[in-house]
Amino acid sequence: MTNSDINRLKDKAFQFFGIFCTFIGLVVLAIFLFDIILEGAARIDWDFLTSLPSRRASRAGILTAWVGTLWILVLTTIIAFPLGVAAGVYLEEYSTKNRLNNFLEINIANLAGVPSIIYGLLGLEIFVRQMRLGGSLLAGALTLSLLILPIIIVTTREAIKAVPRSIRDGSFALGASKWQTVWNQVLPASFGGILTGIILALSRAVGEAAPLIVIGALAYVPFTPSTPLDEFTVLPIQIFNWTSRPQEAFLTNAAAAIIILLIITFMLNGLAVYLRNKQQKKIKW
Amino acid sequence: MSKRIKLEAKDLNGYYGDFHALKNINIAMEEKAVTAFIGPSGCGKSTFLRTFNRMNDYIEGFRAEGEILIDGKDIYRKDVRVDELRKEVGMVFQKPNPFPKSIYENVVYGLKIQGIKKKSVLEEAAETSLRRAALWEEVKDKLHKSALALSGGQQQRLCIARALAISPSILLMDEPASALDPISTAKVEELIYELKNDYTIVIVTHNMQQAGRVSDYTAFFYMGELVEFNKTKTMFTSPKDERTQNYITGRFG
Amino acid sequence: MWLSAVITILITVGIIWVLLSESISFFQVVPLSDFLTEKEWTPLFADKKFGIMPLVAGTLLTTAVAIAVALPIGLTIAVYLNEYAHNRMKQYVKPLLEILATIPTVVYGFFALTVVTPFLQTIIPSLAGFNALSAGIVMGVMIIPMISSLSEDAISSVPRSLREAAYGMGSTRLQTSFGVMVPAASSGIVVSVILAISRAVGETMIVAIAAGQQPRLTLNPLVPIETITTYIVQVSLGDVPQGSLEYKTIFAAGITLFVFTFALNNLSFWIKKKYQEKYD
Repeated sequence: MTNSDINRLKDKAFQFFGIFCTFIGLVVLAIFLFDIILEGAARIDWDFLTSLPSRRASRAGILTAWVGTLWILVLTTIIAFPLGVAAGVYLEEYSTKNRLNNFLEINIANLAGVPSIIYGLLGLEIFVRQMRLGGSLLAGALTLSLLILPIIIVTTREAIKAVPRSIRDGSFALGASKWQTVWNQVLPASFGGILTGIILALSRAVGEAAPLIVIGALAYVPFTPSTPLDEFTVLPIQIFNWTSRPQEAFLTNAAAAIIILLIITFMLNGLAVYLRNKQQKKIKW
Repeated sequence: MSKRIKLEAKDLNGYYGDFHALKNINIAMEEKAVTAFIGPSGCGKSTFLRTFNRMNDYIEGFRAEGEILIDGKDIYRKDVRVDELRKEVGMVFQKPNPFPKSIYENVVYGLKIQGIKKKSVLEEAAETSLRRAALWEEVKDKLHKSALALSGGQQQRLCIARALAISPSILLMDEPASALDPISTAKVEELIYELKNDYTIVIVTHNMQQAGRVSDYTAFFYMGELVEFNKTKTMFTSPKDERTQNYITGRFG
Repeated sequence: MWLSAVITILITVGIIWVLLSESISFFQVVPLSDFLTEKEWTPLFADKKFGIMPLVAGTLLTTAVAIAVALPIGLTIAVYLNEYAHNRMKQYVKPLLEILATIPTVVYGFFALTVVTPFLQTIIPSLAGFNALSAGIVMGVMIIPMISSLSEDAISSVPRSLREAAYGMGSTRLQTSFGVMVPAASSGIVVSVILAISRAVGETMIVAIAAGQQPRLTLNPLVPIETITTYIVQVSLGDVPQGSLEYKTIFAAGITLFVFTFALNNLSFWIKKKYQEKYD
């Protein structure tokens, strides 16, 4: 065999290896989803969704968990949405290139890389102890808001950046102020992108367990929360709790709860992708 | 005129998707001569040049019909290996594109990928190629420095040395001097003049004077067609086609 | 409105202040030298030892396994999508792979514990029920898209002319990729790997579920270990009284983790900045 034959052979071999690697992740994902559905699907029924947690696996349900997740979602949106968008707009539209803003940018990139459990420690000290909110929904939502703030800021800035200069110039030329231009032109034009970013950030928040465990969210809450100051649990914590138990029946419960959690996560992500595609189709600058 | 034919195209058609980029081209180029391709932007001259080493294979949607013959053999036949072909047909690109490696590593790259590992062979080849590309004196003391530290003109001559190192018989040059200053351009042109003693050279150029200075033959392309092909001298003094005349007298382009 | 931007600085200040203030009162009781050199970590037992090394070792072990899985696969995917696959395929495969990154980590933990460990036990009978190997492998699968996406971006931003030069010399696709494109994109690839390491170091739920809760100074991936993050979760789940030394340990562990990820993240920014303009 000549060297050139060997090179060609290596090239082909790598091609197959490439296909293998590209699909191994997806195959693992498929096996995994299949396994979960096999184990948990049969466990999902009306009772499972509407029952309180219990020491007996067969009686336990995820009512408190999904209600808690829903609360957290809503509260986190209310807190993080205005803050994140405001910060994004400020950084993109108002700030000038100076040292402070350079620092702000590095800082935001840094925050995005801080492990979620560290946010838990921050929430524990500030919200749970200093502000005396205890292991409440509000403390949890505040903690998660801080966690997803960097994501919202970054995506808001990208969405705003995509609005062409000409739209701004057109508005300014008609005598609009900076604020009028941002409010009436730039924000509506970039809203789709901002929304996509927020939904992606929320889907991240929905899956988080670690920071909520640290601030003291409980696995066993015997009632559904009715105010933001109530104690709570969420789906990921419920799953973690059931997974850590030795009895097989609880693993089945965990698989069933995972199916519900994945449905929520995939729906949020699907919605984000749908919005993004729609946005890209609608506007061709 | 008794020289051997080295490169030939027969009824060559090229398409980018639906766009007919090369229209029924027939040409035969002599061995050890310089042939210049001229014509306005988008006339297909670069596309045509790239059929001789099948660089167009990597452009999605490109397809060629007809024959390209090198030494009488069709290089678009199924059993032709592109990697082997390109060892025979060296290429120099529009912008100098040295690899972000040392000067030495750049020159011996082609030999290394062929599996040649012996240091003495590589070093000798490096020196010979750099000398041929008239770069040796300028770089011999910094062979292991980064190629990116060289000037644009030096980088382009390095790229020529790199192409020479795998000892091709044909050199394709796609506007090799268009990104260079006048002094570097003059050096590259001198080099082309030297190299034609040993290589068959095809050069695409925008610059009429350059075509006049370096080439023996000139082919004029327009809208994907080969309009006229003749000795450079003849073409520049008495073009047969009106379009050629308009182009070389600068009426369009 | 600038206030909202300043909040981000307050968050950073808050994190550092919280971690520092609690850790300082921890280090008033436990000398820093003990913390760094002691080889055992047993703050929850009667015989208390406060050496962070076993937790760091556990963290690095799971991270190493994860990177050993994700780097070769992720880089291969990046090269494959760039040089071999058709554009259309790339368009579909990239978002599909990114699904892997959107799955909640607690779900990966479940997978590691209930599928991967039992499967590996059929091959390695000595594998413990909790171990760094399964957790690391699953974590590796999770960070594949991080490496493949960022590396693919880096490779495709290498100028076309370099690729043409390589092909023009008769290189195969493989030679073009690994001889020219990957080296030219190396800074971007290194950045992707550093970010992946940082992610793996801070990952919590997978290791909390599947790697065990036994701090031990070992390089053996087959036995239960404990990572920094798992320890924080373990303490948070228990009834440790506020203000006690045990309570403060989680902040000492937290600051250790923070120092690691902070250093890694800033290293990646630095590399990105330094090599950004190489091809302009």
